[in-house]
Amino acid sequence: MDCFNYPVDSKMLLRKKIQIKKELLSANTSFLEKKIAVLGGSTTGEIVDQLELFLLNEGIRPIFYQSEYAQYWQDAMFGNQVLDSFQPDIVYIHTSWRNIPAFPTVSGSREETNLLLEDTYQHFERMWEKLSERFQCPIIQDNFDRPGWRLLGNRDIYDYRGRTNFIVRLNQMLYQYADEHSSFFVNDVDYLAASYGLDEWSNPKYWHMYGYSLCLEGIPCLAGSVANIIKSIFGKNKKVLVCDLDNTLWDGAVGEVGVEGIQIGVELPLGRIYYEFQQYLRELKSIGVLLAVNSKNDESNALAGLNHPDGVLRPEDFVSIMANWENKDRNMQAIADGLRLGTDSFVFIDDQPAEREIVRQASLGIAIPNTDHVEQYLSAIDRSGYFEVTSLSEDDLSRTDMYRANAGRAQLQEGAESYDAFLRSLKMKATVREFEPICFQRIAQLTNKSSQFNLTTLRCSESDIQKMQEADDYLCLYGRLEDQFGDNGIVSVVAGQIIKNELHMRLWLMSCRVLKRDMESAMLDTLVRDALKIGLDRVIGYYYPTSKNSMVKDFYGRMGFQKTDEDSSGNTVWKLTLKEYSFRHPAIDIRR
Amino acid sequence: MSRKQIYEKLADVFEDVFDQRIALNDRITARDVEGWDSLTHIILISAVEDEFGVKMDMKSVQRLTNVGAMVDLIEELLAK
Repeated sequence: MDCFNYPVDSKMLLRKKIQIKKELLSANTSFLEKKIAVLGGSTTGEIVDQLELFLLNEGIRPIFYQSEYAQYWQDAMFGNQVLDSFQPDIVYIHTSWRNIPAFPTVSGSREETNLLLEDTYQHFERMWEKLSERFQCPIIQDNFDRPGWRLLGNRDIYDYRGRTNFIVRLNQMLYQYADEHSSFFVNDVDYLAASYGLDEWSNPKYWHMYGYSLCLEGIPCLAGSVANIIKSIFGKNKKVLVCDLDNTLWDGAVGEVGVEGIQIGVELPLGRIYYEFQQYLRELKSIGVLLAVNSKNDESNALAGLNHPDGVLRPEDFVSIMANWENKDRNMQAIADGLRLGTDSFVFIDDQPAEREIVRQASLGIAIPNTDHVEQYLSAIDRSGYFEVTSLSEDDLSRTDMYRANAGRAQLQEGAESYDAFLRSLKMKATVREFEPICFQRIAQLTNKSSQFNLTTLRCSESDIQKMQEADDYLCLYGRLEDQFGDNGIVSVVAGQIIKNELHMRLWLMSCRVLKRDMESAMLDTLVRDALKIGLDRVIGYYYPTSKNSMVKDFYGRMGFQKTDEDSSGNTVWKLTLKEYSFRHPAIDIRR
Repeated sequence: MSRKQIYEKLADVFEDVFDQRIALNDRITARDVEGWDSLTHIILISAVEDEFGVKMDMKSVQRLTNVGAMVDLIEELLAK
């Protein structure tokens, strides 16, 4: 569900939690059931409700014990019958700075403050020891967030009498304990508060009116963070990060601009941000996350991009590279088969919403963060906690090598198509019109940028385009494609010269961003209608091979043309008799 | 926004929060609606603030004894 994706939709998760819970329960039948004791130093009602949603979303069905208001310490130290018979699988201690019994005073000495710090720490450590003795289960403890005010101003952080200084030191002791105890985990509330914005997070209204230590709308973030630790402990982390390439790992498309034209590296702003992202992915790999490629590309282009001298990632960093013209959902299955992993252990990043939607609709259980813009990529992955680290083993550190060996054995599988249904659900609308002055610039640009789906590779200036539009013996169409995710803009151009009763195609191209949407059928259907209207009998198509346009080598054949000629360098000529053309009727609403 | 329009929007908020359609009027209080406990009240306030684009301060929230008072407050805040 989208509301769980970073940034989480707190408003929706709070307001519609009843419906969301119903949906989650009906979407899954095989939940892992876990008993979770939530011991709170403040109100925990909404925290438990939100934690339930996040865990259900991870396939874990929680059963909760909640301490009475602010009774966390009493419950932990002395137990009670209900808690003892509950026998939790996890204990989560939700406390905040407001649960620190005493703070240093400005008149206190350094020694007094040190003693107070040790006492305060012991208050908590005794509780953890007691809990692990009693329940032998993992313990999750909130660290301490900072109060919304600083009595000593900037000095508050470093003066031993400062409250902030006291909290920072207390946290350090907590981390030391966590470092020495493998079943003890810190929920980093201090970070959550900072990233949320401390002013709102610490809004005192929620404490004084309702007993919450944080603002209401921060609760889903808090719950999401705890859920990440829990699902990681129970082995429900994601394992593989599957990446698109063009405009996902670098700026630009290798197939369009060549490997020398893409931006990656420290020279330019766009190159730098992709560089930083690639560095992050390589670091993910170092903690055991497997990287894979799923890209609509010729394999040679994919490898060229990954071998760009200024990039960080190399082909050998990936356990599987699927660069082909197959649909991405099918590639996902092939990657999973090769790695012998379920697709539900995958995370997918792709800059194209429609590609993400293809994968989403295949219902493979793949996590798909919102990655429309490059500046979101890193946080979309990092903040979602897909790979939350609750332990780090030798295996984790060398996992990629293991899988790379397996991946080589996998084979692509052929299976049933349900692609038509996907296309229909996109609700595509095409506008196909004759060239118009307002579009000359974009049409010219397309003729210069498109290299892969380009039959003649005729490069045109704006004035060339204008001449075609004004010429009596030209039939020129451009196509714009929209779908439910937005407007793709002008993506296709076809232009033919009329010679007697034949239309000789001088331009036929399409942007690769709309490959496999059947836009080519929309263009041809319209072209045939227009050609019939002015009394033509045939369309003659030309294909001139280049190093980049092999994907359309048989395009005319697929569209119902007959090959009439081929020369030694692979140039081909094709003929379509209009009266024999059977309209293709793509799942696109065509407007004129 | 008229009182009637406020009521219409408010009914949508109540439907989301309580997962059922509720016929609202001025005299309805928390006791009349199943599930309207203190926990849900906080969510309701937050959802109302969001729906109408207003912020209710602590003192005004304390005065909300029934739906009529809530509509009064929304009217007042929208007029500002």
